[in-house]
Amino acid sequence: MKHAYTWGAILAVVLASTTGDVLLSRAMKKVGDVGELWRRSGMLTVAGRIVRRPSFVLGIAMMAVAFFSLLFALSWADVSLVAPASASLTFVANAIAAKVFLHERVDHRRWIAALLVAGGVVLLAA
Amino acid sequence: MTFRKYLVLAGVTLFAAIGDTFLARGMKQVGAISLHNLPDIVFTLLNPWVALGIFFLLGFFAAYMTALSWADLTYVLPATSLGYVLLALIAKFFLHEQVSATRWLGIGLISAGVGFVTQGPALTRHPAHDGHQEMEPEAVGSRAEP
Repeated sequence: MKHAYTWGAILAVVLASTTGDVLLSRAMKKVGDVGELWRRSGMLTVAGRIVRRPSFVLGIAMMAVAFFSLLFALSWADVSLVAPASASLTFVANAIAAKVFLHERVDHRRWIAALLVAGGVVLLAA
Repeated sequence: MTFRKYLVLAGVTLFAAIGDTFLARGMKQVGAISLHNLPDIVFTLLNPWVALGIFFLLGFFAAYMTALSWADLTYVLPATSLGYVLLALIAKFFLHEQVSATRWLGIGLISAGVGFVTQGPALTRHPAHDGHQEMEPEAVGSRAEP
């Protein structure tokens, strides 16, 4: 039963942080090149535009959900299982989500990278 | 990709690794916080290492958001994983911890993955609605609130 709780919490971390990353990425693409905007209209304008994006606010909220789910998972299982499992699954989930929801071109190169990084993270914690 | 943009990506990696290191150091000094005394977490902010860690993590977030404004999520994310590699190297050369063969293999895999991604284009072009640079962002952005 404890096992199921742990993996449930890990799954929640993966889903929430992937959703958060997708929302934040979408918000920033809509805002546009921050460096250019900064030079043209100053820092306050940039900050204002970012903060007023609903997807930015929602993205931050999802990151908070991910953080607290991680805390829950850590209270049930060892950090050496929870941290690498959630981090590496998040890399793979992000590649899928970026393709489906952000229509990024996830080519062979990026698939291989996502899998290599996910595997590497697991090994680092081993 | 300009030099300045690579600097931002380096910032994403560096700030995350440094921030995490400082936070970990600070939290070890503070000690375990029991779930029954959750408000105690406010006092951890008084620890200089924790405060410094949060400062660097804010820097990480700013760099991450900047990078996402001109690069794909699947391009930026692998770059963040270089932070793990950096942490292992810091542990090895500054903290003189043992880094096992398995970990070196992990470092190798992550580095290879990042190498793969950076060879390709940073941003997917969407011919159909590639509006966010030509169009005034504000015009797309501020849809009238109901």
